[in-house]
Amino acid sequence: MAEHTLKRFDEELERLSSTISEMGGLAETALTQCLTALRQGDSEIAEQVIAADARVDALDNAVQEQTVKLLALRQPMAVDLRVILSSIKIAAALERIADYAKNTAKRTIVLNGATTTPPAAVNGIDRLGRLVRTALKDVLDAFAHGDVAKAHDVWQRDEEIDQVYTGLFRELLTYMMEDPRTITACTHLLFMAKNIERAGDHVTNIAELVSFRTTGHGFDEARPKGSASLYAAGNAS
Amino acid sequence: MTITNGHGLATAVPVATHAKVDTAGLPEKVSIKNLEFFYGDSRALKGITLSLYANKTTAFIGPSGCGKSTLLRILNRMYDLYPGQRATGEVLFDGDNLLRADQDINLLRARIGMVFQKPTPFPMSIYENIAFGIRLYESLPKAEIDARVESALRRAALWDEVKDKLNANGQSLSGGQQQRLCIARTVAVKPEVILFDEPCSALDPISTAKIEELIDELKQDYTIVIVTHNMQQAARVSDFTAFMYLGELIEFGATETLFTTPKDSRTQAYITGRFG
Repeated sequence: MAEHTLKRFDEELERLSSTISEMGGLAETALTQCLTALRQGDSEIAEQVIAADARVDALDNAVQEQTVKLLALRQPMAVDLRVILSSIKIAAALERIADYAKNTAKRTIVLNGATTTPPAAVNGIDRLGRLVRTALKDVLDAFAHGDVAKAHDVWQRDEEIDQVYTGLFRELLTYMMEDPRTITACTHLLFMAKNIERAGDHVTNIAELVSFRTTGHGFDEARPKGSASLYAAGNAS
Repeated sequence: MTITNGHGLATAVPVATHAKVDTAGLPEKVSIKNLEFFYGDSRALKGITLSLYANKTTAFIGPSGCGKSTLLRILNRMYDLYPGQRATGEVLFDGDNLLRADQDINLLRARIGMVFQKPTPFPMSIYENIAFGIRLYESLPKAEIDARVESALRRAALWDEVKDKLNANGQSLSGGQQQRLCIARTVAVKPEVILFDEPCSALDPISTAKIEELIDELKQDYTIVIVTHNMQQAARVSDFTAFMYLGELIEFGATETLFTTPKDSRTQAYITGRFG
């Protein structure tokens, strides 16, 4: 895309994108670290994740301010308008992802005080988390390069994430039934799994927004979903 | 597809990208077909094909020299005033080719009125500015002319401001009022189409807003065409937008589509301020 006649406008759009890239980097780190903290039972790393969230919130506010200013002062059209509108939504999604990582970190600290955490369940959450983290990394790459094909690939992967989550849900129910002493820990793990699965949904939303920025529409076909079984899992047991 | 232009040369007709427009069921007031226009030997419009829909506002946008004003001026045969200018192709106004040589131009200009960039009130009273045009086409008793003047001034949202000074000179009004007086004068002769050539470029934002509001109301009764350099204005007032560049129609579509997801990269570059 050629540059604007008005250079300042380009600079401001550039700044908006770099603010979002910084948020993306922080959200990715938070997700990675909260998984490390869980795997290693490391409360110190968990505390770092919690502390780092303030910066993400501040950047989210910065994006709001920058977009309001751009809308009011530049009267953007077409692709510029879409870039600005999608920026607000992508920033909100990244803010949520970082929040879910923070929540997972908080629960890790609680779990570290409990003795009856089934190690296999922790591995399952780690696996789910790695899927989401990879998807997040890929969608941020797609964002940086305006790569709609890559965003579409990420978008399609949400199905796998949902399936792993559903499997984890059943697994945790089984542990709780087998040994009621694990109920407290497993409930926390269940919330963590849900948090990470929700983070995955936000990644999918970002993938759609990457498409919208470039093409003016999201992905047309119905999103692949395996979530019907999610609700069936509870009833089946 | 090739057609033969005025010089007898075969030329390729540029095909404009037409965004998907739901025009089904919309009556066409004016149908422009393969229109070419020449200033002497230079071809200012190249194979324009475009429909203007009844009771809709269509905006022509594009950089200076793209042909948008030329196109507008063809619609009421303004170019007849100048030697060496000619148009080929068809411009069907309710099915009648308004380019034909035996067209009654005075009548045509009553049916297709025009408002210019600079307000052009006649150096006479506010009342006479409007009554003058009516008397040109109809001979009516004084009371009826009075009624027509009032109704035109009301239609142009000017009545309340001038009703107590109808005998004041039209040129004593403010710029925005003068422009509304010109709109009233146009409306008074009961046209079917109103052409606006940059009607707000000399006006302040409040007068501009008044004119835009007026355009929105006028389209209930008239088909409106507006040429504007102000893209936000085109976006605000029009239902359809045509983007022109170097004498070609590049893209025509519903305004909301053209300003959010234009199909042609040149349209995108122009409306986002990335041109040239």
